[in-house]
Amino acid sequence: MKLTYREAVRAGLREALQSDPRVFLMGEDVGRYGGTYACSHGLLQEFGPERIRDTPLSESVFVGAGIGAALGGMRPIVEVMTVNFSLLALDQIVNNAATIRHMSGGQFSVPLVVRMATGGGRQVAAQHSHSLEGWYAHIPGIKVLTPATVTDARGMLLAALREPDPVFIFEHAYLYPMEGELEEEAGPVDISKATVRRPGRDVSLITFGGSLWKSLEAANRLAAEGIEAEVVDLRMLRPLDAPTVLASVKKTHRAVIVDEAWRTGSFAAEVSARIMEGGFYDLDGPVARVCSAEVPIPYPKHLEDAALPSVEGIVRAVRGLLK
Amino acid sequence: MSIAVDRAHALMLFRQMLRIRRFEEKTVELYSLGKIRGFLHLYIGEEAVAVGALQALTQEDAIVATYREHGQALVRGTPAGSLMAELYGKATGCAKGRGGSMHFFDAARRFYGGLAIVGGGLPVAVGLALADKLQGRPRVTACFFGDGAVAEGEFHESLNLAALWKLPVLFLCENNLYAMGTALARHQAQTDIALKARASGLPAQAVDGMDVLAVEEATQQAAASVRQGNGPYLLEFRTYRFRAHSMYDPELYRTKEEVEQWKERDPITAFEGRLREWKCLTSDDLATMEATIAAEIDEAVAFAEAGSWEPVENLTKDVYTPPRAAGERHEARG
Repeated sequence: MKLTYREAVRAGLREALQSDPRVFLMGEDVGRYGGTYACSHGLLQEFGPERIRDTPLSESVFVGAGIGAALGGMRPIVEVMTVNFSLLALDQIVNNAATIRHMSGGQFSVPLVVRMATGGGRQVAAQHSHSLEGWYAHIPGIKVLTPATVTDARGMLLAALREPDPVFIFEHAYLYPMEGELEEEAGPVDISKATVRRPGRDVSLITFGGSLWKSLEAANRLAAEGIEAEVVDLRMLRPLDAPTVLASVKKTHRAVIVDEAWRTGSFAAEVSARIMEGGFYDLDGPVARVCSAEVPIPYPKHLEDAALPSVEGIVRAVRGLLK
Repeated sequence: MSIAVDRAHALMLFRQMLRIRRFEEKTVELYSLGKIRGFLHLYIGEEAVAVGALQALTQEDAIVATYREHGQALVRGTPAGSLMAELYGKATGCAKGRGGSMHFFDAARRFYGGLAIVGGGLPVAVGLALADKLQGRPRVTACFFGDGAVAEGEFHESLNLAALWKLPVLFLCENNLYAMGTALARHQAQTDIALKARASGLPAQAVDGMDVLAVEEATQQAAASVRQGNGPYLLEFRTYRFRAHSMYDPELYRTKEEVEQWKERDPITAFEGRLREWKCLTSDDLATMEATIAAEIDEAVAFAEAGSWEPVENLTKDVYTPPRAAGERHEARG
């Protein structure tokens, strides 16, 4: 069945709300507005205002209330409109959601799901284009998912709701209108493994989220030159499935990591370090990274394009490695 | 007896305040001996607030407290030994020693911390109350916080959301006049905390936090309002901590005279005076009570001393819920 990424998210939300009375959705404009990316369009009419809750622009309290509601036996899904605004809820995420289980000696779990849009590429300038999922992946106590396909967009939400601990889902805003094939019988998907989206023998393109599609396109272009790139979709940043990454590097002996965050301190740096630690002797050359330029993301298209990872940039990085 | 409370109840209130005082005095000794480390924020001077306020709660209700929560946990009924062991960092502590003084937790008594970022507990309390409302449970969540929290955005966000959604939260502000070392008037243009709450649409009132009976009466009324479905209520308890913010500070921010003036209003000696006046308490009664409390605290210290340390192999245990425990936990909830 063909549908858009946004429809896949909505399908996941509907299924979750239908199947579990403890599930409710809250966030800014999720109800009457239908969700800023229309992910919850129609859900207010279907499930009512008790379960589809419009919140004030108070990220800290509605994320914290998600934590409290989870502690109180509910399965809240909190939509933070975008990762940019999640910075206003960092206290609740880092100091409470991530710590309460360990700090309480295992007495309390926080089965909270937080969804948010991430990424740039839509000419919305420096304050609305962050890619901070790698920051969140730094924090033990939470899980970080980055669905890149329609199947994952729906299935990861359902899988996240089965988790007893806080799960953060980063939906790349560029993907919402993307059409894809929803695999039949697609229920909750596995959220413990990375996956190879395109097999190859010459180089591993390791990526996640919105950058998956740029990497796949780069792989197609490289194929025309006789270079067979393997594309690994990490799918989750925490926990990171290092064995799948290392298996790919063992096969191709070369790695390029594509990550829309800034290079310095990026998740790409973590993946690179894991390859050094576990796959150093499999490498035929240095690990390369394609990341965003170290600049607040600018508004004009030509500058934004220059700032973000591009298909051309990925192709160039691979050629450089294979020279 | 010319009071509205009965003798047994009055003595219980007194005994609970004295327990907190003696427990914390013991922790000061143990801190000096190096048995307790880290931050240790003492409640001495503020005992009437926890003791009075908790009388309005049932065992079904929830508590979210701050880093200054020894008193609330003791009154709630968590055994003193379990708390002392937590202060020692022992695996036999109420949070397996993982939290220490600032992070008491007790699932059986619905005690949700010990959350030590100022203002950070309020959103969690709002969420606990939301869960109760959505599940139709007639419960109240009591959320303690200090005057310092009033400066945080989370205070305003939480009051607004609780009022907007008519959630059963009792916001209990322990106004001890100082946000660490900064006096309320030095960080707030509007120092009337109850007024701030009313601006957010909550009923609110200020209460003498040094008078355990006044605290109890006000909290009973506020809790009754919350239980009737009227939404949240805020009480501002005007109180004072007699000791430093944490264990030691040079107290440059307040005068000795001011501290001495407040000590004249010590909630324990003040209430003792009233009990004696009402012929509810004799010197013999007091001696017996002191002896019982001393025995309880000795036992708590012995329990903490005898406790085991969490094996280092368990270091990363409970960062995530083990798959098997997940199902059990959900069964146990609600």
